[in-house]
Amino acid sequence: MIAIIDYGVGNLFSLRSSFKKIGAEVTVTSDPAVIEAADKLILPGVGAFADAARKLRDSGLDAVIKAQAARGKPIMGICLGMQLLFERSFEYGEHQGLGLLKGSVVPMEGVIPANLKIPHIGWNALHFRRDSRLFRNIRENDCVYFVHSYYAADCEDSVIATAEYGAELTAAVESGNIMGCQFHPEKSGEVGLNILRAFCEDE
Amino acid sequence: MITKRIIPCLDIKNGRVVKGTNFQGLSDVSDPVALAARYSESGADELVFYDITASFEGRRLFTDILTKVASEIFIPLTVGGGINTVEDFDRVLKCGADKVSVNSGAIKNPLLIRDAARKYGNQCVVLSADIKRVDGAFRVFAKGGREDTGMEAIEWIRQGVALGAGEVVVNSIDTDGVKQGFDIELLEAVCDAVNVPVIASGGAGTVGHFVDLFKTIPDIDAALAASVFHFGTIRIPDLKRELRGNDIIVR
Repeated sequence: MIAIIDYGVGNLFSLRSSFKKIGAEVTVTSDPAVIEAADKLILPGVGAFADAARKLRDSGLDAVIKAQAARGKPIMGICLGMQLLFERSFEYGEHQGLGLLKGSVVPMEGVIPANLKIPHIGWNALHFRRDSRLFRNIRENDCVYFVHSYYAADCEDSVIATAEYGAELTAAVESGNIMGCQFHPEKSGEVGLNILRAFCEDE
Repeated sequence: MITKRIIPCLDIKNGRVVKGTNFQGLSDVSDPVALAARYSESGADELVFYDITASFEGRRLFTDILTKVASEIFIPLTVGGGINTVEDFDRVLKCGADKVSVNSGAIKNPLLIRDAARKYGNQCVVLSADIKRVDGAFRVFAKGGREDTGMEAIEWIRQGVALGAGEVVVNSIDTDGVKQGFDIELLEAVCDAVNVPVIASGGAGTVGHFVDLFKTIPDIDAALAASVFHFGTIRIPDLKRELRGNDIIVR
């Protein structure tokens, strides 16, 4: 069973629907016992990093997630959920993340040319940096749907795909059992569903 | 690089898709869920649903349809029509919408844009404006294009973006339903005024109109149309092939 971790951030309707669509058994939960019993975890998130990190801490779910990560359970963060896997974010100040991946989340403002609009919103092509289990059902240059203003940097250890938007922005990461997508697989049509299928499949 | 988006728009009344010419003479076209699925499979980059019902029953039907579409179709969904309060945002986001577009509701109360952007983020708030030339000036019209607000359009859009709108749909009443091409003059003026994605609407009749739009205004992010897609005048795969052939980056 896949557990989508509900810590009060964002709307989980589409994410849950997309797992149902691919035939996965899925539950949306904030219950540590259910999270511990699940085979794989999804860490979602939209909105501001600081607010989401605080909600994870206040609910005690940060410790639950770290413990599950240490046991080797596959975890995939999506959008802000991916950013939360890193050590820290510089979105309005400096804030601590879960520290499951090495690197920092930084603004794209000042990094990409000034004529490009922020947020980076829309469909963009994936450029593979390394082989990943997540990509077994998709191809280089397949497009996925992004909505974000910050991106993960200094994460050479884990980056598996980038998207070109005036700079090479981290699009997906994987390090052992920890995975993440900056884009929204649940909004990326068949390509997105294929990434979720790959996550659900056994290694 | 980010692709140009092609967005079919579905006007929904009493649970059915409708499309008129110059906003009048509505005619029933098709079943919204089936049509949405067909568009998604044929390469639509996003879908817009406008609820043009006024009745309570119609609104309930609309949210039912939205929930069905969002359970089956995994591309971004924008919802508009009858959005007057932050509670209206909440209602459609819970049914699976990703973005919410405001029009008359924001004209009545511009702070709706600010309040919704603070709660859901700028990326969630789309300002949709119906614009028509009056005495040589671009003016904003309310209530589905029926009422001249007297407001200058470019200034209104600038204000909406300053309040937190993360995207703008520019619908030209002058070109809508006429199928003679997009309103290039108006769209250029909007692109010059704001630095958020601008979606062109109103006037698409041929594939060439889309090519002209993206070639003439490289800053335009997306094109929205309804009847040319609903009636099969333009098939999205053909449109995308033609755009690609003209070096316009599409998915």
